[in-house]
Amino acid sequence: MPFKLLETRGLAAFYGDFQALFGVDFQIEPGETIAVIGSNGAGKSTFLKSLVGLVRTKAETVSFDGQAIWGKPAYRIIAQGISLVPEGRRLFPSLTVEENLSIGAYSRRKGPWNLDALYTVFPVLKEKRKLPGTALSGGQQQMAALGRALMANPKLLLCDEISLGLAPIVIREIYEQLEKITSNETTVILVEQDVKQAMAVADRVYCFREGRVVLEGRPSDLGREQITKAYFGV
Amino acid sequence: MDLAAALLDGVLLGGLYALFAAGLSLIFGVMRLVNIAHGDLILLSAFVALTVTSCFSIHPLFSLFLVVPLMAVLGYALQRAVFNRTLGNDILPPLLVSFGLSVFLQNALLQIFRADSQRLHAGPLETWHLDLPFGITMGALPFLMFIVAVLVIGGLQLLLYRTGLGRALRSVSDDGEIAQVMGINNAHLYGVAMAISLAIVSVAGVFLGIRANFDPSIGPTRLIFAFEAIIIGGLGDLWGTLVGGVILGVAQTLGARINPGYQILAGHLVFLAILTVRPQGFFPRTR
Repeated sequence: MPFKLLETRGLAAFYGDFQALFGVDFQIEPGETIAVIGSNGAGKSTFLKSLVGLVRTKAETVSFDGQAIWGKPAYRIIAQGISLVPEGRRLFPSLTVEENLSIGAYSRRKGPWNLDALYTVFPVLKEKRKLPGTALSGGQQQMAALGRALMANPKLLLCDEISLGLAPIVIREIYEQLEKITSNETTVILVEQDVKQAMAVADRVYCFREGRVVLEGRPSDLGREQITKAYFGV
Repeated sequence: MDLAAALLDGVLLGGLYALFAAGLSLIFGVMRLVNIAHGDLILLSAFVALTVTSCFSIHPLFSLFLVVPLMAVLGYALQRAVFNRTLGNDILPPLLVSFGLSVFLQNALLQIFRADSQRLHAGPLETWHLDLPFGITMGALPFLMFIVAVLVIGGLQLLLYRTGLGRALRSVSDDGEIAQVMGINNAHLYGVAMAISLAIVSVAGVFLGIRANFDPSIGPTRLIFAFEAIIIGGLGDLWGTLVGGVILGVAQTLGARINPGYQILAGHLVFLAILTVRPQGFFPRTR
């Protein structure tokens, strides 16, 4: 049985009394790229937040790299090697671009990613390193958010809607860089509303609807009708 | 020349008010906590310094070597044990808890030290002065307080903008949720911020105790001075806090020149006037 880098069984998530996830079973192997698709409110972002301890959860098991992470505070989970690119970029407005990138390395995990490596992949960030993060264009902010997450040298990278609000040419550029990054043995979970984009880069796909996993499989094995039905529930 | 002397006195007094305000400003900036007990913590520092100077028979300024670390440890413990439990989207719980702490501190100090006025005796430092041109004299103590205020604010500014800890504090201030995803332990960082705040508070408390008589009831007035300095300067800007302290100090000193009874009132009036004309203060932090 192959080693699972991350595994959840019976994962439920809550915002106060509101339950947003119901019994999610999920697993990912090292080096895989998994796309999580679904419509607005399906629970995709909540799923990622659950993995890094940002929402209240219940579960039978949530294990990462062979260790239980359920119930641990976010900063401990991050230190174990999970990193999140949040929806909407959420760069720190009072920090410069370089400071935003540097804060990503707060947990001081060893690995290939440092400022020099990032500036090689995203040279525009080097040019604008002294500017506030919020002075960048949308695409550049997304590169900075991705770079900030990579600075933690994660084993598992969680990307939440990285194409949201960006021009097609910028999306293509970011996904090209993401492919280079994943070739660096980083495992990726990609939350994406753009199904076509997600299917193009993913090894496997999970489709969420109303807080539940309703479909899972390899893109080549899933038919268009099957996905449409799972996505919209009709 | 009287006016020039009053202006100078006011500017130097502003240094003390900036010291009152700097820690409060830091805490508000990092965790949006309005610490109502801040003035009473200044008083607590003065009383701790009083105890240290009496026990060890040392100069109040030397007592800082003990008072600063003691207050910093108290700040960290207070934050982790009390304030962190109240932080969230609602600003009311920490406000109420700090109000409760204020009442507790006032009463505890009253029980322990009684209501008598106390003073930290600094010897010749209290009377030393420099003779400036045109017959103006400048007290060594007010000058020292102002220099210390500039150094404290400059140091805080360096800490915030030139160190990893400062970067982490600013990121937590910007977006606490995402800061956690950077691997930052917010609860610990809030504790560190409160420790720094109370370290500054202890310096302010010792200078307050050397400059004037104090008793357990005067904390809330120091809190108001600190608030006024922060708001005049503009929320979130440390150098603005120094400017706010100076404006308040000058207003009070000029008011006292007109009539000694107008000293405090003049400060409040100028504060109100500035609040009316420029409610965001002179140097508001922009996002």
